[in-house]
Amino acid sequence: MCTQNEIMFTAEAKESITFTLNNKEYTVPVVPGERLLDMLRNRLGLSGPKEGCGAGECGACTVIFNGINLNSCLIPAERADGAVITTIEGLSEGIEGDLDPVQQSFLDHGAVQCGYCTPGMVLSAKVFLDHNKSTPVTRPMIKEALSGNLCRCTGYQKIVDAVYACAPVKGDPEEEGEV
Amino acid sequence: MYWEKYYFAQSIEETLELLKHYEGDARIMAGGTDLMVQFKYNYLSAKVMVDIGRIKELNHIRQENGHVSIGATTTHTALATSPYLQKHFQVLASGVRTIGSPQIRNAGTIGGNVANAQPAADGSIALVALGATICGISPDGPFSRPIESTFLNPGECALNSTAELITSFTFPAPGPRDRSAFVRHSRRAALALPIMNMGLWLRLNEEEDGIEDARIAIGPMARVPFRAKKTEAFLRGAKLSEAVLDEAGELTFEEVSPRDSFRGSAAYKKELVRVYLKRAVLEAVGERSVGK
Repeated sequence: MCTQNEIMFTAEAKESITFTLNNKEYTVPVVPGERLLDMLRNRLGLSGPKEGCGAGECGACTVIFNGINLNSCLIPAERADGAVITTIEGLSEGIEGDLDPVQQSFLDHGAVQCGYCTPGMVLSAKVFLDHNKSTPVTRPMIKEALSGNLCRCTGYQKIVDAVYACAPVKGDPEEEGEV
Repeated sequence: MYWEKYYFAQSIEETLELLKHYEGDARIMAGGTDLMVQFKYNYLSAKVMVDIGRIKELNHIRQENGHVSIGATTTHTALATSPYLQKHFQVLASGVRTIGSPQIRNAGTIGGNVANAQPAADGSIALVALGATICGISPDGPFSRPIESTFLNPGECALNSTAELITSFTFPAPGPRDRSAFVRHSRRAALALPIMNMGLWLRLNEEEDGIEDARIAIGPMARVPFRAKKTEAFLRGAKLSEAVLDEAGELTFEEVSPRDSFRGSAAYKKELVRVYLKRAVLEAVGERSVGK
């Protein structure tokens, strides 16, 4: 019987969410009010995404979310439902521990010091390179792509060099520009 | 805990029904880039979140019936990388291109940018310059009104976020003599709030040597995005020349009254406006079309 208080909507608040994380499917119960970052770190044991500022400025919590880089500290965990997510742990999995070329390049160029920003840096670089497979890549383009990932150790030069070395098509190596 | 229940609304109607059902306890979540920060610092709490990010019709950029329509949940990245907007509405495409960082632009939406009602929100400044109309829906039905009526005070928007929803922004389709530009001054090029930002829209006269119509929006010069109406009036009918642009910059300098803030002193911001007004016009029309 219909009453005045009948619930009109058909949407349901989900009790559990299902998503693909680092090539594996997970179904986990919803913890109300949780951030994606906390779900990844505290419940799924992935310490790759870090909390730096927790306010979307430093990028240490960056993950690849449906092919784009997002700050996991600003994403409600519920939003992961149906998503394909990659953290730094997922980059080298499945190839016998071999590092992803971007990770290897960071090592080769000495682009890692304390390491806190590195997972986010590598993932933002990965998204950038995936979107620019046939575009000539320049250093200003890399700087803009990494502008949401702060590093307090390296001064960025080696990080930019590491990403530039991975670009399939390289633009003018001398091109400079402020970002 | 930030909230108790999290819904994905499947349609605009369902969003309204959820908001109505929870009688003020529900909040709309779009990109979340501002809301999640407000939750973190306990500026905000809500029992129920209604996520509108999966409603397809809210995410679009299209031209129809002489108008351009931008869906409320269109991300800054989608706007900044749209070839259509880059070609015809530089003020919007380049305005949102400097918001936050790539990660923020991938999540943040134009609707959220406006709903937060910050006087120097890059998206709001661009839309005010375009003379946009804000379209939405409230329990009484659909509404559309000038975007400037949305801004009441810093952070205070005329919309009730527990009952109403922004659906889109519309503005007139591009004319052949329309030009626009967005200029911005900040401490760094990335991840920095603007010390001054300005959106400019112009319609050139038929000879294309003067200005037929102009709209100028500047932040943060007042409690809401500021319209430089005296400068606009001066530019209407003016010929394009260095002397005219110098005089226009002087007028803008006089008509803004910013305050001292952490972004910069009032005097500094006034000087910026003088310089950038000229730069914005030159960028919009191209330096070569301006006589001495």
